[in-house]
Amino acid sequence: MKEIRFHGRGGQGTVLASVILVKAFTKEKKYSSAIPYFGFERRGAPVMAYLRFDDHPLREKTQVYSPDCVVVMDPALKRSPEVFRGIKQGGILILSTRKPVEELNLPPAVGKIGYVDAIAISLDILKSPITNSCMLGAFVATTGWVTLDSVLKSIQETWAGEMAEKNVKAALAGYEKTRIFKNN
Amino acid sequence: MERRRFLCPVATEPYIVATGEWRAQRPVTDPKKCVKCATCWLYCPTQSIRHYHTHLGADLQYCKGCGICANECPRHAITMVLEEED
Amino acid sequence: MVVDGNKAAALGAVLSRPIMVAAYPITPQTPLVEYLSQYISDGLLDADLVEVESEHSALSVLHGACLSGARVFTGTSGQGLAFMYEPYIRTASLRLPIVMVIATRDGISPQCVWGGQQDAMGVRDGGWIQIYVEDNQEILDSIIMAYRIGEDPEVLLPVNVCYDGFYLSHMSEAIRIPDQELVDRFLPPYRSTHVRLDPEIPMAVDPLTPGLLFTQYRHGHLEAHEKAKAVIDRVDGEFESIFGRSYGGLIENYRMEDAEIALVAMGSPCGTGKVSVDRAREKGIKVGLVKIRSLRPFPVERLSDSLKKVKAIGVIDKNVCFGWGTGILFVELGSALRGLSIPVLDFIGGLGGSDITFDHFDLAIHKTLMAAEKGAFERVHWFGID
Repeated sequence: MKEIRFHGRGGQGTVLASVILVKAFTKEKKYSSAIPYFGFERRGAPVMAYLRFDDHPLREKTQVYSPDCVVVMDPALKRSPEVFRGIKQGGILILSTRKPVEELNLPPAVGKIGYVDAIAISLDILKSPITNSCMLGAFVATTGWVTLDSVLKSIQETWAGEMAEKNVKAALAGYEKTRIFKNN
Repeated sequence: MERRRFLCPVATEPYIVATGEWRAQRPVTDPKKCVKCATCWLYCPTQSIRHYHTHLGADLQYCKGCGICANECPRHAITMVLEEED
Repeated sequence: MVVDGNKAAALGAVLSRPIMVAAYPITPQTPLVEYLSQYISDGLLDADLVEVESEHSALSVLHGACLSGARVFTGTSGQGLAFMYEPYIRTASLRLPIVMVIATRDGISPQCVWGGQQDAMGVRDGGWIQIYVEDNQEILDSIIMAYRIGEDPEVLLPVNVCYDGFYLSHMSEAIRIPDQELVDRFLPPYRSTHVRLDPEIPMAVDPLTPGLLFTQYRHGHLEAHEKAKAVIDRVDGEFESIFGRSYGGLIENYRMEDAEIALVAMGSPCGTGKVSVDRAREKGIKVGLVKIRSLRPFPVERLSDSLKKVKAIGVIDKNVCFGWGTGILFVELGSALRGLSIPVLDFIGGLGGSDITFDHFDLAIHKTLMAAEKGAFERVHWFGID
């Protein structure tokens, strides 16, 4: 069983990203569940999503305290120590950032980081800074825990017509442009 | 500071949330195009438009960068610009 | 299909074929109302959607519809339930088998939008049947079963299906959607005979009632709750024979056959509880979990039977019982098990949307085990307050 914790801000599609990922895992015959946690339902407020996937049915309904992977949808959030709390030794970090990896202050527990300028990609393709599809592409590229195909199919089920195409493009861009760095 | 025991949910210390830190894009107003019609002020959902000497523009401490002002400005005086990352 | 709890509830409603829905949005139930209006607009649900200005009106509108013989559906939470209190009481004593989901929400004050169980448990003496569920599949299945139970001629009572706010209402997981054909076979159309607004059989509904007659009505109502116990268990069996899924009826016994100590819980924490029980079993601790599904009628007989052989009980309460210093399940269980002289411990947690973690469950199991072995114990423990 692996646990993933998403961190984002209201309006960035954090919760939707976790739901799309549950759909993708389900397509690959895995059991998966995601619970969102947000305070006030307004743009910009902190949002978290707790996702689990496993080969066996998942019954627990509780938050994620020792994630195998943390996905950070917004560059400003990396300043907050909350984001890295409990990450397993050697855990994976997926980060939206414009900075090069040398300038990031990664906690020692992080074993691998996949980073991409998701805001620029999303502004370019979707004309808005909603980074969710791009970050899903980054997630696939960095972890390989689910196939890109399953994620793209799940994206196509979530949106219709032009929105679906644009989000597929954003996910592909995230997948291709993510850079991976091992933090040893 | 002395710890007071609160019996019921009350908040007594104001805490300013700098919602400006949440921005991904920043509105930039061109003073040459702005006619101070205050359409941006009217539409801003967080009341973050201020009167500067030459134009009306966003208060960057609170502006969340939603882009509504840029969308509504009848003179197209506002452009959304990518925010710096620190 | 991957759905969140609200969608599972909406789909349960669609499959049950109500002909009128009247609901008002309130966190964490809002998406339910959105899904229902989408399904009605798309033609998936052939029902009238009445847009009301409040929850009080929502249930009142449905009274009218149900009195004319219609099967109806609604849902609410927290303050919405509070606003609905007057028609809520009336629904049960008029014996209207309305099914209403409650996406449970803690507290009107302190101000809170997150999941607890105080709202639904707070109205447990309103006369409705109340079923609390553990996951999204159970939400959908329990709504279908709720109509069968409520409309049963021995019962004729309204039913709440309660699912924890955020932990279930907003949790996404894959569920199976039953075939409409099978549901139609399981759930025949509603035919009311006991109270009806019908010019052919004119009757005054809820006239001023003198004391002795009032007493008879109350007596009949309580009898219906007693009869509902057997109906709830029977309907679960019938559901299993058609759909292949069983939830145990009034309660579910998890690894109780040889259990030496037991945890008792209700709602979403049961999922985490079952995993904790499995982990404790691997360490050799003979613990089991009793999941209470039906809070009303309170399953006295089945609980006494499940818990008669254990040496100590730990109750997990995601609520408080004002004036008792404990949780509500603790008080009710204590009353049901009056003959037993074993230690019963109460663990209060998960309030205001706070998390009940594996560490909390491990603590509960540990303390209950110590109580069984040593005899001395703290009666109440609060998760989150040391």
